[in-house]
Amino acid sequence: MEGTVATSTAAQKAARPGGFRNLVQAASRWPLIPGGVLTVLFVVAIFTPWLAPHPPLKATIGDRFAPPMWYAEGDSNHILGGDTVGRDVLSRLMYGARVSLLVAAIALVTGTIVGTSLGLVAGYFGGLIDEVIMRVVDVWFGLPFVLVALVIAVILRPSMTTMMALLALFTWAGFVRNVRAEVLSLRTRDYVTIAKVEGASATRIMLVHILPGVINIVLVLASLRAGQLILTEAFLSFLGAGIPPPTATWGSMIADGRSYLTNAWWVSVFPGVAIGMTVMSLNFLGDWLRDKFDPRLRQL
Amino acid sequence: MRRFIVRRLFTSVLALLGATIIIFSASRLLADPVSLFTPNEGYGMTKEEYKRVVAQLHLDRSVPIQYGYWLADLVRGDLGRDLSDRNLIGPKLAKRIMPTLKLALAGWILATVVGVPLGVLSAMRRGSVLDYVGRTFAVLGQTLPVFWVAIIAVLIFSVQLKWLPSATMGEGFAVRNYVLPTIALAWFPVAGYVRIVRSSMLDVLDSEYIKLARAKGVSNATVIWKHAFKNAALAPLTFAGLLLGGFIAGSVAVETVFAWPGLARYAVEAVQTNNFTVIAVVTLIFTGVYIVANFVIDILYAFLDPRIHYS
Repeated sequence: MEGTVATSTAAQKAARPGGFRNLVQAASRWPLIPGGVLTVLFVVAIFTPWLAPHPPLKATIGDRFAPPMWYAEGDSNHILGGDTVGRDVLSRLMYGARVSLLVAAIALVTGTIVGTSLGLVAGYFGGLIDEVIMRVVDVWFGLPFVLVALVIAVILRPSMTTMMALLALFTWAGFVRNVRAEVLSLRTRDYVTIAKVEGASATRIMLVHILPGVINIVLVLASLRAGQLILTEAFLSFLGAGIPPPTATWGSMIADGRSYLTNAWWVSVFPGVAIGMTVMSLNFLGDWLRDKFDPRLRQL
Repeated sequence: MRRFIVRRLFTSVLALLGATIIIFSASRLLADPVSLFTPNEGYGMTKEEYKRVVAQLHLDRSVPIQYGYWLADLVRGDLGRDLSDRNLIGPKLAKRIMPTLKLALAGWILATVVGVPLGVLSAMRRGSVLDYVGRTFAVLGQTLPVFWVAIIAVLIFSVQLKWLPSATMGEGFAVRNYVLPTIALAWFPVAGYVRIVRSSMLDVLDSEYIKLARAKGVSNATVIWKHAFKNAALAPLTFAGLLLGGFIAGSVAVETVFAWPGLARYAVEAVQTNNFTVIAVVTLIFTGVYIVANFVIDILYAFLDPRIHYS
């Protein structure tokens, strides 16, 4: 404990059995709730075609603005109601989860691999190549991403591939600096020197001897990034620069319902709740991983 | 220190140039500009007008040469014309800049006034209900999409309760019109402030010199505000660049939802209508602000924290 006057009383209170704090502490020791939410989300995303009550694009004009089932006029046919052209909101949410998670996951993996590789190369070789990579990263960090992405998304014609590419572009630079810094300290270690003396190639040293040393930091950074990717994807889709309609995405669902808030709030509200829950779970999981594996990154 | 400034200046200029290249190529490749000018569709120009615009924008030359002309015009202060109504962009921008600045300023003040004290209190009463409330508030601000928060705010406070107007800036200084956009814009930065101030306060409060100050019998308020906060206050500064990025993205969201007559909305409208001359200029303004601000922040940081040595 801190041993300071102000915090020792707080510590005593915290040690008291039972009550609110213990609950919070138990929940913070293991990321049960975020883990649970994400597991459900993944299961839903994978098995959507079998789980969803309706096809995502099936529009029934009679079900236009059908209210959620707990309304007097609602029924269990549309549990979360119908949207602006009578498509089932719940089904579209489930298909939307599929799209969001797939796009974010592919972008995250691509961006992570590119960023980590560049960080390894910059840190290991140093010199001119290091200088070039780091200056590009500096420039990249200097750009306001959302506006640039907005412009690029429209040029490349909005599509799922465009979105993945954009989000990957948004991701890679964040890894380079941290990975490079870590590699700089690892490359002078004895075991690396020995590997060099034994005649291991640069690629082998980087992949077999150095990569395992930076994998923690990479995992933590990636997990902290995941939520931002989902948010950015939703935002671009909301602005109409994301995955084009009629594909169900959470961002475009919010945009759809925007003009009909007065008579059908559920069209816009539920996708926002889905985004919030997903991003929150990802962030909590990221925080937890960070505290566990690399507390030095706390400022991130 | 001097070398650091020069170096930092160099990367800033490089970033700005890189940005002009990306933005320019993007805005010219956005759609075939020529097709936009054909009489029947696009912006419906006559043959003569079309020829004039092509010559004026040098669209008959290759993209790198077009870029050269464009950059030269920019340096001379000629921003070009808005394709939708063929008026000069300059005066239009002047009209659009103030609404964005006013909103951003309001948002920044609100975020600082709420976020910093909340972060400090959260650190002081660590583990208390207040701490959890503050952190929950921060978590929500960082996870809920800004555009969605704005829409929900309209739903609750304008549509249901009818307390506040749902859109536009209003005439003069209409405070009521500012309330919802400001809150929507400030929530994300508040969340950032709470997180960063809280964690740096906790770090500082745990340090030796704070323990010494307490052992000496310095009052709690003095320890917190004079000894600890002064040192913890540097952390939000490192965060300021990210904050600004959040503000720019936030402005795009908030101005779109609230039909705010500002720069960010101008950019979104331009993207939706392939109005590439406007897109290039507005994006460049935001980029310029961002790059200059980051430069100033870095220099300021180096001055304020003598422990940092730059080589």
